[in-house]
Amino acid sequence: MSGNMNLTLKVWRQKNDKATGKLVTYPVKDISPDMSFLEMFDVLNEQLIVKGEEPIAFDHDCREGICGMCSMFINGQPHGPKRGVTTCQLHMRSFKDGDTIVVEPWRAAAFPVIKDLTVDRTAFDRIISKGGFISVNTGNAQDANNIPIPKPDADASFNAAACIGCGACVATCKNSSAMLFVSAKVSQLALLPQGRVEATARVKNMVAQMDEEGFGNCSNTGACEVECPKGISLENIARMNREYFTANIKE
Amino acid sequence: MSKLDSKIPEGKLEEKWEKYKSTVALVNPANKRSLEVIVVGSGLAGASAAASLAEMGYKVKCFCFQDSARRAHSIAAQGGINAAKNYQNDGDSTYRLFYDTVKGGDYRAREANVYRLASVSANIIDQCVAQGVPLAREYGGMLSNRSFGGTQVQRTFYAAGQTGQQLLLGAYSALQRQVGLGTIEMLPRHEMLEVVTIEGKARGVIARDLISGKLERHFGHAVLLCTGGYGNVFYLSTNAMGANVTAAWKAHKQGAFFGNPCFTQIHPTCIPVSGDHQSKLTLMSESLRNDGRIWVPKKQGDTRKANEIPEEERDYYLERRYPAFGNLVPRDVASRAAKERCDAGFGVGTSKMAVYLDFKAAIARYGHTHAIKLGTNNPTAEQLKKFGKEVVEEKYGNLFEMYEQITGENPYELPMRIYPAVHYTMGGLWVDYNLMTTVPGLYALGEANFSDHGANRLGASALMQGLADGYFVIPYTLGAYLSKEISVKAIPTTHEAFVEAEKNALAIIDKLFAIKGTKSVDHFHKALGKIMWNKCGMARNSTGLKEAIQEIKVLREEFWKDVLVPGSANELNPELEKAGRVADFLELGELMCMDALNRNESCGGHFREESQTEDGEAKRDDDNYSYVAAWENKGNNNYELHKEELVFDVVHPSQRSYK
Ligand SMILES: Cc1cc2nc3c(=O)[nH]c(=O)nc-3n(C[C@H](O)[C@H](O)[C@H](O)COP(=O)(O)OP(=O)(O)OC[C@H]3O[C@@H](n4cnc5c(N)ncnc54)[C@H](O)[C@@H]3O)c2cc1C
Ligand code: SF4
Ligand code: FES
Repeated sequence: MSGNMNLTLKVWRQKNDKATGKLVTYPVKDISPDMSFLEMFDVLNEQLIVKGEEPIAFDHDCREGICGMCSMFINGQPHGPKRGVTTCQLHMRSFKDGDTIVVEPWRAAAFPVIKDLTVDRTAFDRIISKGGFISVNTGNAQDANNIPIPKPDADASFNAAACIGCGACVATCKNSSAMLFVSAKVSQLALLPQGRVEATARVKNMVAQMDEEGFGNCSNTGACEVECPKGISLENIARMNREYFTANIKE
Repeated sequence: MSKLDSKIPEGKLEEKWEKYKSTVALVNPANKRSLEVIVVGSGLAGASAAASLAEMGYKVKCFCFQDSARRAHSIAAQGGINAAKNYQNDGDSTYRLFYDTVKGGDYRAREANVYRLASVSANIIDQCVAQGVPLAREYGGMLSNRSFGGTQVQRTFYAAGQTGQQLLLGAYSALQRQVGLGTIEMLPRHEMLEVVTIEGKARGVIARDLISGKLERHFGHAVLLCTGGYGNVFYLSTNAMGANVTAAWKAHKQGAFFGNPCFTQIHPTCIPVSGDHQSKLTLMSESLRNDGRIWVPKKQGDTRKANEIPEEERDYYLERRYPAFGNLVPRDVASRAAKERCDAGFGVGTSKMAVYLDFKAAIARYGHTHAIKLGTNNPTAEQLKKFGKEVVEEKYGNLFEMYEQITGENPYELPMRIYPAVHYTMGGLWVDYNLMTTVPGLYALGEANFSDHGANRLGASALMQGLADGYFVIPYTLGAYLSKEISVKAIPTTHEAFVEAEKNALAIIDKLFAIKGTKSVDHFHKALGKIMWNKCGMARNSTGLKEAIQEIKVLREEFWKDVLVPGSANELNPELEKAGRVADFLELGELMCMDALNRNESCGGHFREESQTEDGEAKRDDDNYSYVAAWENKGNNNYELHKEELVFDVVHPSQRSYK
């Protein structure tokens, strides 16, 4: 078919968390620009399987940019060259015939590699379990319209809540800081009256867990905001810093 | 038929659940601490159940196959969630939501279950808002509603086009809170492979740790399957890549009946297939049909571009066939009409398997109203288009972007191309009013059960059902069972039933590796999908279904002779995971065709060609098929049909008409 592309892929292969990994080169042929980046990997994997080689392990599930599972570091950028999309939403029309594409896993001490392009992001879940919630048991709730919430607050809270927990912010940060992720959750809840009750404990506990997981400090480079596929804004980090500051003063 | 007791409480429809709740046996707090519950799945149903049960004091273990509970496929739901709040003062009520759901399901659901669903719907919204779920609001600070799926009231709550994400993150945060408190042990990257039964009761599961590949034994006094739908039996669907039937299927093989397996929902507005490489299909929210007009060229095989086809040469076939509802006919009707046009040679795009969804009229209309609002006198054509686009962008911006990202075409300028795709499975494990399957102590919640949607699910009601099951139903109904289990001590997993179940799971894995065939798992999955789509999809007939059954048998044999699973069992091995899932789909697919063959009537998403009116509309047969088909697995791909007769005391079935 005309318009199809031939590419050279350099993909990180690593047997397991203990093995050392390396980049392995694979030529792929006849890639349609309509394919998604992951479908291109499907094609490559199919070739590897039929040749009796082990396919490349990579995380993915929804393939529509919402579950946050896909996580490829493409030519030095998490989720590839296009802004505002996840790896699964990246299409091959963003590349040119003859391109060489380097694909690596997220790199961060807190995200150890499990195999090939798959990493362990359970640190994020542990941070949430320390405070990323409102303590309301099932059945405790009052009528949903009893507390009016100004639309701008509700919208800002929603914008923060749109984070998909992919970890691109950590992967792109030279300090491997998780500030954007953590601040998005802190902000979502801090902006709502329901979330104010536990605001002090929340920010302190979540930050403490973040540090314990081995994420680095934030030095305000802003790279995370640029690479975040969901447009989570740096304002959230500023808000979290204020929350954190107030929480410590309260002590 | 004593096996199929739906256990619907006595009394008037609107009193059943209230009475049940106030009389059901309870478990005292001290006993709860020593009762262990296994929850498989962390979607809306699983996460809400796990969190609620842990809050109540049970010891919970929760499993999911993704790397985090937050990634369950509920995350992808776009449109919204229904609740009978009547905040819009437009005449909504529990009864109306109940009625719409029973009717929408084409009278193949249980009245008592649906009524309960409608009556807890309002509590769901309260709970989610209290958790900090940022649902859309009006300027006055109150919650906003949209109309959805052609109902006459505005009862759908939403969070932009990400309702499922926000609701799931709410349930996930409740779950993680319990994880932090030590009441839930969360096991991500674990796949359940067997249900363990002891003396006829579900007592645990065998799960594979997907990283190390180790098989693990887990005990529970009860087991809840919240494992989602099986739409991926069609290979291409709007489901996530990992969505599967394995948990439900393994339970089925342990004695849980499978209800209405052939009831599949095909969603009318998805982005069409672009080539053989296609791995999944993307939904374009139904809300687009509020403003988009659906058409095909009047001339067969017209090769002109959409914009070159003059107005009078376009066939707005839904508006033509269904003047009363037009583009807003229910999903099943819209899907079949698109297929009919494409099959007749009027389809568009390179594949000719697509129809247009056109926003030109909406952009023009909104342009005018917006110009008036802005007080712009004599706006230029240019201005009108700009204003119109702005309004459309505010309503559907993220969907338009998603469409452009996938197709490379700008839907503000060119009509979208859409085609129906498999989206939801109404069928699932048969459960009684308590959500218990035919295996005591084994429950099914959410999309995994056959549940409340009959033969066709209304938009925005799956999220409602998943959360109703998990937050508000199971906390009561599980107690009814566990109150009789308090004297049962935790059974050590060295028990022979665990050993046996683990052996079974291992035997399947070994068998898959031993084949060392020549074809990938995907090869078989794609082949199965084609059979299912062509012969057990939007329209079915007896000849096709019989052929499909034979073809699936052949394909299944070929799979077990020629599949190639690379790598080994004791490592992360996505191909092995897929192989196990496809092996189960290859059995389920046959049962779906058998069920479809048995049901010689058209109802809801099930259009049986032999059963249609003179003008080609679906014809239901209440005299012969007003029942739930519950299939018992007799081993070796043999099944026995059991029927649960449906009784309608309150709503009187009538033929649906959207003319
Ligand atoms: C694209 C899309 C849009 C939708 N939009 C809407 C909408 O607007 N409104 C609406 O009401 N409904 C919508 N639906 C339907 C609705 O989202 C689903 O029916 C519902 O979310 C299913 O929830 P669940 O909890 O039953 O299952 P899921 O969310 O699918 O969760 C299944 C869970 O089970 C786990 N699991 C599965 N198998 C195993 C196993 N063997 N071992 C261990 N764990 C396992 C998974 O890891 C996951 O955690 C939509 C569906 C799709 C696909
Ligand atoms: S903040 Fe953005 S980049 Fe970071 S996890 Fe959330 S969505 Fe991903
Ligand atoms: S696979 Fe879900 S976001 Fe990419």
